[in-house]
Amino acid sequence: MLEDWQHGGFGVYVHWPFCQSKCPYCDFNSHVSANVDQKRWFSAFLSEIERTVVGLEGRQLSSIYFGGGTPSLMEPWLVEGILDALKSKFLIANDIEITLEANPTSVEAGRFQAYHDAGVNRVSMGIQALNVPDLKRLGRLHSVNEGQDAFDTARHIFDRVSFDLIYARQDQTLDQWRSELKQALAMSVDHLSLYQLTIEPGTAFGDRFSKGGLAGLPSEDLGADMYELTQELCEAAGMPAYETSNHAAVGSESRHNLVYWNSGDYLGLGPGAHGRITQYGHRIATETHLAPGKWLDAVENSGSGESLSRKQDGFEAQEEALMMGLRLRSGIDEVRFEQVLNTKVEKIQGLKEIGMLETANGFLRTTEQGRPVLNAILRELLAG
Amino acid sequence: MTKLSNIRNFSIVAHIDHGKSTLADRLIQSTGTVADRDMEAQLLDTMDIEKERGITIKANSVRIEYKAKDGETYILNLIDTPGHVDFAYEVSRSMRAVEGSLLVVDASQGVEAQTLANVYHALDADHEIVPVLNKIDLPAAEPEQVCEQIEDVIGIDASDAVHISAKTGIGIPDVLEAIVTRLPAPEGERDAPLKAMLVDSWYDSYLGVVVLVRIIDGVLKKGDKIKMINTGALYPVDRIGVFRPGMEVIDELGPGEMGFLTASIKQVRDTRVGDTITHEKKGCTEALPGFKPSQPVVFCGLFPVDSAEFEDLRNAIEKLSLNDASFSSEMETSAALGFGFRCGFLGLLHLEVIRDRLEREYNIDLITTAPSVIYNIHMRDGSMVELHNPADMPDLTHVDHLEEPRIKATILVPDEYLGDVLKLCQDRRGIQEDLTYAGSRAMVVYDLPLNEVVFDFYDRLKSVTKGYASFDYVMTGYREDRLVKMQIMVNDEPVDALSTMVHTDRAEARGRAMVEKLKDLIPRHMFKIPIQAAIGGRIIARETLSAMRKDVTAKCYGGDATRKKKLLEKQKKGKKKMRQFGKVDIPQEAFISALKMDG
Ligand SMILES: Nc1nc2c(ncn2[C@@H]2O[C@H](COP(=O)(O)OP(=O)(O)OP(=O)(O)O)[C@@H](O)[C@H]2O)c(=O)[nH]1
Ligand SMILES: C[S@@+](CC[C@H](N)C(=O)[O-])C[C@H]1O[C@@H](n2cnc3c(N)ncnc32)[C@H](O)[C@@H]1O
Ligand code: SF4
Ligand SMILES: [Mg+2]
Repeated sequence: MLEDWQHGGFGVYVHWPFCQSKCPYCDFNSHVSANVDQKRWFSAFLSEIERTVVGLEGRQLSSIYFGGGTPSLMEPWLVEGILDALKSKFLIANDIEITLEANPTSVEAGRFQAYHDAGVNRVSMGIQALNVPDLKRLGRLHSVNEGQDAFDTARHIFDRVSFDLIYARQDQTLDQWRSELKQALAMSVDHLSLYQLTIEPGTAFGDRFSKGGLAGLPSEDLGADMYELTQELCEAAGMPAYETSNHAAVGSESRHNLVYWNSGDYLGLGPGAHGRITQYGHRIATETHLAPGKWLDAVENSGSGESLSRKQDGFEAQEEALMMGLRLRSGIDEVRFEQVLNTKVEKIQGLKEIGMLETANGFLRTTEQGRPVLNAILRELLAG
Repeated sequence: MTKLSNIRNFSIVAHIDHGKSTLADRLIQSTGTVADRDMEAQLLDTMDIEKERGITIKANSVRIEYKAKDGETYILNLIDTPGHVDFAYEVSRSMRAVEGSLLVVDASQGVEAQTLANVYHALDADHEIVPVLNKIDLPAAEPEQVCEQIEDVIGIDASDAVHISAKTGIGIPDVLEAIVTRLPAPEGERDAPLKAMLVDSWYDSYLGVVVLVRIIDGVLKKGDKIKMINTGALYPVDRIGVFRPGMEVIDELGPGEMGFLTASIKQVRDTRVGDTITHEKKGCTEALPGFKPSQPVVFCGLFPVDSAEFEDLRNAIEKLSLNDASFSSEMETSAALGFGFRCGFLGLLHLEVIRDRLEREYNIDLITTAPSVIYNIHMRDGSMVELHNPADMPDLTHVDHLEEPRIKATILVPDEYLGDVLKLCQDRRGIQEDLTYAGSRAMVVYDLPLNEVVFDFYDRLKSVTKGYASFDYVMTGYREDRLVKMQIMVNDEPVDALSTMVHTDRAEARGRAMVEKLKDLIPRHMFKIPIQAAIGGRIIARETLSAMRKDVTAKCYGGDATRKKKLLEKQKKGKKKMRQFGKVDIPQEAFISALKMDG
């Protein structure tokens, strides 16, 4: 049973669903809205905190994460208000990680100090690319210089700063990615997220792609080469991957995201936020209304933004843990998850034989060869 | 009862798609048999597959009444027949039950291979033939040239061919008059002992087996005790009726008439088409000549993708064979595929139809193994065995020689594509027997191995001639040749379901084509997969499917767990469409697609 949620930690995710403009590749729950009444949203968040905290009071909180959308569009007082409310409900770990996702424009950089003062101690910035034509193609509003300035501002204010890049872009060559990544590693602090561009259905890119557009995307082989190069350069720079797309200096991993991959508990606040809470011997999966307007109405009128709350059975929770945990370089604890692993002994053995999985220090993990084909491994393990 | 002189029985025959069923529609409609508001196109094609593919698979009979210009009312029994070569047997059988044929020719296409074949069947059955030129509404119609063609190629008089458009209705009254004035009335004795021909039978879930009969002599009534002369079976008749085209119960059927009977017969197999039906007492003693039974010529294995569905498959096959005596089945086991059935079909279309029906009507996903013909294996000890499945090929040390079935193929093709057709036939080990011209079209006759034709010959022929060639064949017999079994190995394991018999000279090319195809058909795995073709222990072709390199989802955070799980659920369903051979998943459609040759 997953009673020992402490193992994975406990975090709160706060979703801010608004952006300045919608990027063509993005399938996050993000919307462009001219006037957002942040006071109204503040009340709604407070109400949701009151509702969801029941039965969890006094737990020790290891992370809070403002994700989006673009949380750097939130007024600093709103961030502070939410943090204060959470701090009043939970025990706060000494080393609590409080992250805010930020878009690297000058306007937003102007708010960094205020976020810091409100309690934020880590920012994750969406730099995405280090050349102007690619930023344009990705529909980004910032230039390279503006991004770098915002980043410099951030690193002076915060001890911990991460940024995101998207690679395997249209017409990108292996050499171009090499020099771009080298540049990124030179400016990096302690954490980097490097995502291979994914064409998501329902996005502008997705539509163009399904109509035969979006020329120049890399082949599977070039994508794989780029991924391998990424591992190599980051490793050499002391920023190895600790998860499929996340790189950090040892000890600087994102605590929040580790909660997801280690199957800890998390509360989801805001529209479309998911949660997993272990209580009375069960793991409960929750979801809230996706559309910002609907969520707001529901919270205001019925006192709850929740759209789903479902008990997972022990096995289902363990399967989910396997699915998430194998993303980590360290893998999953063979003792904690023996219930699910025991049902897959033969499959695991087969995957070990072909060099996809291995056991190290009591953890089942992917090999270097297995890491890039994790979906196939999971298909074998979970969809067989 | 109807006077013999007021009855006409005829079949509508033609090359595929020349408009038989549409003509039947018009005849049914213009005689008021079915009200206009109840009409639909190809009314007699009732099966889903017939409607979808727009072709007739099963012959159908209808009784219509027609008040002719001479003031008399006639009873017309028409049989609409299928055009596709796989169902040629249905056509020749139907013709035995009637006295005349409407030979429909598409005036924009002209005489085609099945037009010819049907004429031969009609002559065999001593039919009166009325040529009907259809589709004269089309701008491309050339009725005069086509008439000449009919006279040149077929050698029948086409000067009084009826010109019609079954689509618009032009000329339909002329067809009806021609039927009455030019086709002969049946002959028969009302007072003689009952003699009826068992033309067809099928299973109806409410009525049991329904038997289509043609009365030659005597009278058949409800309650009569009947006897099937060949099988000796006795039944009391429950019901007698005619098709209009819905079933209509009547009191009796007299000489020259066609209709149906039901008699609590359990299985279609209990009836034998061509059998003679008479009364148990005071019956006729002399049987009708009967029909040559239909023979399955193509065999393949059918296995459920999900082996847990074997029992469902067994049930489904039993039910289908209740209705279609022309396909055979027996249980088969395969090391890799588990339990399934080896089934025999009249041709590839027949195979596809049965497979489609199993999948759709019974909801079973199937793996169809490489189709094969029947080989005769002559053993060293002088005995002979039939090989229906290449997987059963006996040890070569005991084998003296092999024989394979050959066919005589007739192909009609516009001159400009003749070269391509000859090349295709040559590539398929054909021996040219005849080449004549009719206007700008060539008629080639080839002696070909059935094995080379059964699978994708027709598709290839259509593609190299842009659809302008037509093709018909008859089996001619067996001939010795240098044939070997070719095995396919995927990841070093032989996959029986992909074994085929090939000619030694063609083995290498075939093997190479198959492994190349399989390389595209099998999805990449986590490891590289050698795909090889082998004869005996000798590898004759090899490809390597390289390992998958990257497929991992880039981002997966809290909210993505649910989404990712849904994706895995979907993949679970997708995986059900594959079958595992060793460690390799092979998609269900690969077994057939791998055999399709591009040349
Ligand atoms: N323009 C035109 N089209 C016709 C005519 N008669 C039939 N067709 C079309 O030709 C196609 C084939 O007609 P069917 O009546 O199904 O032909 P069939 O001979 O019964 O075909 P099979 O049963 O498959 O051998 C259909 O699309 C008809 O609509 C006609 O007189 N004129
Ligand atoms: C929720 S987004 C947001 C943060 C912020 N709004 C921004 O865009 O800078 C988190 C990150 O996911 C990555 N991402 C979003 N869509 C992606 C896609 N289709 N393919 C790859 N990475 C993507 C981007 O790097 C992005 O920075
Ligand atoms: S990538 Fe970031 S800024 Fe762009 S639409 Fe998505 S959440 Fe908004
Ligand atoms: Mg038809």
